[in-house]
Amino acid sequence: MFADLPLLSLVIWTPIIGGLLVLVTGSKNAVEAKVLSLLISIVTFFFSLFLYTDFDTTTAKMQFTEFLPWISNFHINYSLGIDGLSMPLILLTTFITILVIIAGWKVITFKAEQYMAAFLILEGLMVGVFAALDAMLFYVFWEAMLIPMFIIIGIWGGPNRVYATIKFFLYTFLGSVLMLISFLYMYWHASQINGVGTFSILDLHQLPLGIMPQILIFISFLLAFAVKVPMWPVHTWLPDAHVEAPTGGSVILAAIMLKLGGYGFVRFSLPITPDASQALDWLVIAMSLIAIVYIGFVALAQTDMKKLVAYSSISHMGFVTLGFFLIWQIQSNTGATAGAGMGLEGAMVQMISHGFISGAMFLSIGVLYDRVHSREISAYGGVINKMPAFTAFAVFFAMANAGLPGTSGFVGEFMVIMAAFKANFWYAFTAAITLIVGAAYSLWMVKRVFYGEVRNDNVASLQDLDGREFFIMTLLAIAVLVLGVWPDPLLEVMHASVDNLMAHIQYSKL
Amino acid sequence: MFETYTNLQVYLAIVLAPLIGSVLTGIFGTYMSKRMAHTITISGVALSFLLSLVVFNYHILHEMPDYNQNIYTWLKTENLTFSIGFLIDSLTAMMLVVVSFVSLMVHIYTIGYMADDNGYKRFFSYISLFTFSMFMLVMSNNFMQLFFGWEAVGLVSYLLIGFYYKKESAIFANLKAFLVNRVGDFGFILGIAAVLMYFNSLDYVEVFKQAPQFKDAMIEIMPGEQWSLMTVICILLFIGAMGKSAQAPLHVWLPDSMEGPTPISALIHAATMVTAGIFMVSRMSPLYELSDTALSFIIYVGAFTAFFMGLLGIIQNDIKRVVAYSTLSQLGYMTVALGVSSYSIAVFHLMTHAFFKALLFLAAGSVIIGMHHVQDIRQMGNLKKYMPITYITSLIGTLALIGFPGLSGFFSKDSIIEAVHYSTLPAAEIAYYAVLSGVFITAFYSIRLFILVFHGKERMDEHTKHHLKESPWVVTLPLILLAIPSIAIGWMTIEPMLYGDYFKSAITINSVAHPSLSILSESFHGGLAMITHGLQTLPFWLMVAGVTSAWFLYVIQPELPGKIKAMFLPIYKLLENNYGFDQFNQWFFAAGSRKLGGFLSSIGDALLIDGLVVNGSAKTVAWFASVIRKVQTGYLYHYAFTMLFGLIVLLIYVLN
Repeated sequence: MFADLPLLSLVIWTPIIGGLLVLVTGSKNAVEAKVLSLLISIVTFFFSLFLYTDFDTTTAKMQFTEFLPWISNFHINYSLGIDGLSMPLILLTTFITILVIIAGWKVITFKAEQYMAAFLILEGLMVGVFAALDAMLFYVFWEAMLIPMFIIIGIWGGPNRVYATIKFFLYTFLGSVLMLISFLYMYWHASQINGVGTFSILDLHQLPLGIMPQILIFISFLLAFAVKVPMWPVHTWLPDAHVEAPTGGSVILAAIMLKLGGYGFVRFSLPITPDASQALDWLVIAMSLIAIVYIGFVALAQTDMKKLVAYSSISHMGFVTLGFFLIWQIQSNTGATAGAGMGLEGAMVQMISHGFISGAMFLSIGVLYDRVHSREISAYGGVINKMPAFTAFAVFFAMANAGLPGTSGFVGEFMVIMAAFKANFWYAFTAAITLIVGAAYSLWMVKRVFYGEVRNDNVASLQDLDGREFFIMTLLAIAVLVLGVWPDPLLEVMHASVDNLMAHIQYSKL
Repeated sequence: MFETYTNLQVYLAIVLAPLIGSVLTGIFGTYMSKRMAHTITISGVALSFLLSLVVFNYHILHEMPDYNQNIYTWLKTENLTFSIGFLIDSLTAMMLVVVSFVSLMVHIYTIGYMADDNGYKRFFSYISLFTFSMFMLVMSNNFMQLFFGWEAVGLVSYLLIGFYYKKESAIFANLKAFLVNRVGDFGFILGIAAVLMYFNSLDYVEVFKQAPQFKDAMIEIMPGEQWSLMTVICILLFIGAMGKSAQAPLHVWLPDSMEGPTPISALIHAATMVTAGIFMVSRMSPLYELSDTALSFIIYVGAFTAFFMGLLGIIQNDIKRVVAYSTLSQLGYMTVALGVSSYSIAVFHLMTHAFFKALLFLAAGSVIIGMHHVQDIRQMGNLKKYMPITYITSLIGTLALIGFPGLSGFFSKDSIIEAVHYSTLPAAEIAYYAVLSGVFITAFYSIRLFILVFHGKERMDEHTKHHLKESPWVVTLPLILLAIPSIAIGWMTIEPMLYGDYFKSAITINSVAHPSLSILSESFHGGLAMITHGLQTLPFWLMVAGVTSAWFLYVIQPELPGKIKAMFLPIYKLLENNYGFDQFNQWFFAAGSRKLGGFLSSIGDALLIDGLVVNGSAKTVAWFASVIRKVQTGYLYHYAFTMLFGLIVLLIYVLN
């Protein structure tokens, strides 16, 4: 019955229109606004489930496509479609949004309806980014998405939010402007070659480009996406943004917005500029490995829980970018590309898994912050004595963050390390250091916050999770566990698209 | 049994019974009585034990063929398939019986040991979870699942060492244990990656089948340097074993792990988990047989551990720490046995050691209960009067450990020493002296412990003495049940395990290059002959010498140890400080990485990236903004949406 509906548009516009509706009607009654928001997010998730159930895993073609001319003079279209790379990310988005809305239920008392509306609108825009098949449409969603995020940090954020938002803006702006210029260049270039310009992403995949333009485009993409991921050395906005953002903002930021950067690499950089990617793969690999190790050590030194988890995110996202760019090194080392697909798929799994785990970590910090109003590790100690159930979840998520087998955190890291070994022993060696350092910062934090005697009166007066918090934690724990014990269903969705991507990567445009 | 049920159902039941028990008590524990919690978990483990016996009966006594099946596909990627599956052969069958038996004993014992503890149900949940993880580890048919089990037992070990989470020393020890193990796993996962790269599979059977082709394969890790592939793989995998089986220098976590409750010291840190490394190398024998370099490396590491960790046992005053260092030393023996390609002897010692060391730990626990949680042996003495069952069973365990002829430890340890003697690898020469002198050391510290605890003057305070009594039956029953195999298992099984075809295809030995075991088997004429022959060999007299010295020093001349200590103070200090391993790790790794992190954070991130690049540009922008700000109202919220709509309207207007 749903097969004929424009599902992608529904998933995009239900939360956006719903969010506006909440904004308009909700100011009178906050409870009503929250219930309405929750309903909208659940309905959206419900729609997105059909993207999974009706998904054809045998093809790499775009599915659930929609096409409407938008600005026909410039061949800009409202063109949507998804494949195995974007579908899981959309489901992640709709799933996490529900949790964020539940998480904000009691805590947000100031302009609750605007808070909820901002997250709903943000949800629709992020899905739009993942579903857009037109570069300009992509760009509009990409930029528009920043607005609700600014608002979330700006209104419900911490004391230093102005600095954080300026930093956030500066970083992002730099990259996206260059990305826009690249799109315009390619449009012009296409019209030179074919007589007609195009913003269709799939057409751009086929567009022949010389090495110099490719390199420039690659670098502009790299700037745009590396900031989002974020990769070392353009990562320093993330810890600040996290520290200032409210819990829900941090969750969305870590769980989904970072993935947009990763997604950009597979949707744009690799297929559009394969030759430049090959020429500059060393750069991305180096940045990824530095992120994994350097940032891991930086995380170890943090005294603020949110900063610690933020740095841990950067380190984990290093696996994503590493996994994406292994193919040529594998080829030159082994003479074949076998293993590169494992790296790509591992990177994709790492993105999904990190969505759950980092979301859970930030929610856990939120649970503590709501009660004690401090993010400092030293403000806690012995939390387990008062919150045993919460501690059980927190230890579990910390273990997942440390990549314990049986949790989703292991799957992606395992696959990427296996693939990296094929490229170069030292890549795997460096990446595997995270096994030690990741465990060190995660579990050292657990030790200082949760174990030991009750440290102070604040901790002594803590109450264990209420039903609402328990519910959110349980859902995330199940997701982390299921994905760790049986990741195959997720992988199965990706195979065809990854094969197709591999073909594109290896096809020279020169 | 197998007539009505399929093999798979039986194997699954073995694995899942403790898991279900663990999950039920873990999640619904708050709604359960203590009795219900232990009934559920013990039933689960008891079922596993019974079914393990069934499996043993089926595969070993009835000589049914090995079972090797995948259960489900964990994930597929490219042409690779990673599965969860079971390989049941003689090695696994033996491990199943040992693990489930010791686990069952420990479960029962826990009823008494933890009776008054608030974390009673949590504890049962953990040890059942451990049992599940250990089963997954030994039943695995591939490297990946092995790693799963490997890390899962590490997780439970972490949770149990930190069981008394209020104690600073406990939560220090569990973090340390996990991290040191992770150092081992770092090597392990690289080893797995190497296997996957060259063999294109992680399935044991497939990898072992291909292994001989790679005998002479080279790998270039340092530019221009060719290393033997099998050596690299074997050493990387062995680094994992060094972490789990606590071989120097990754042994540092095991003594500290004694912070955990005593039942788990017996189960995890003596009998089962720490032997996972020994099991792993035995399982991988087809790979290790291809690299003499790796085998030599193993010999050196094992010999070092066996000798130097044994020495540390001599000066410990905490009853559990003596046994812990003894465990380290015995693990060293097993490792040496692996190095001289006598995998079956290593596994044989693993088995006998599991029984007598679990016995010794549980007996130590019984003493600790009696002493009201005093663990210092200087405050004990003459406990034989108050705790007769603990006394007798400890005596059996001690004699088994020091290799008293006829008891289980004698057969396994003597075999190891002989095997090292016959090894043709140059490394075995020095190892031979290490394991030989280890016999003296073992006898010395064991008898010292035994005398100080059970004999001599009663040194405890009046209050403790007044309450001293034998532990309840749930504690003593496991002691008795463990004492039986400690006496008899060596005698009963040495012939089939070492010289029969017990292991069949489970263990591969290239007996031309590594002849130890085949030479041994020629001179083996039955258990009795081994005992009588044993009486004339050097190890026996070294053992006697160790016993006599301990007896002399702690019974005849009890003031002498103090004098000796004063005389050799520097050496004593060195031993007391664990040769400085802990200090070095604290200084270099723990403090060093925190410093490095702080440096990167303040210099790299804050000063260079943020200070110079980001804030520099931000200041420029801020100046620019200060000009523009004059025309703005400051309502960011309104502004933002205006921007969005403005952009879209503008685009449409201009472009159309």
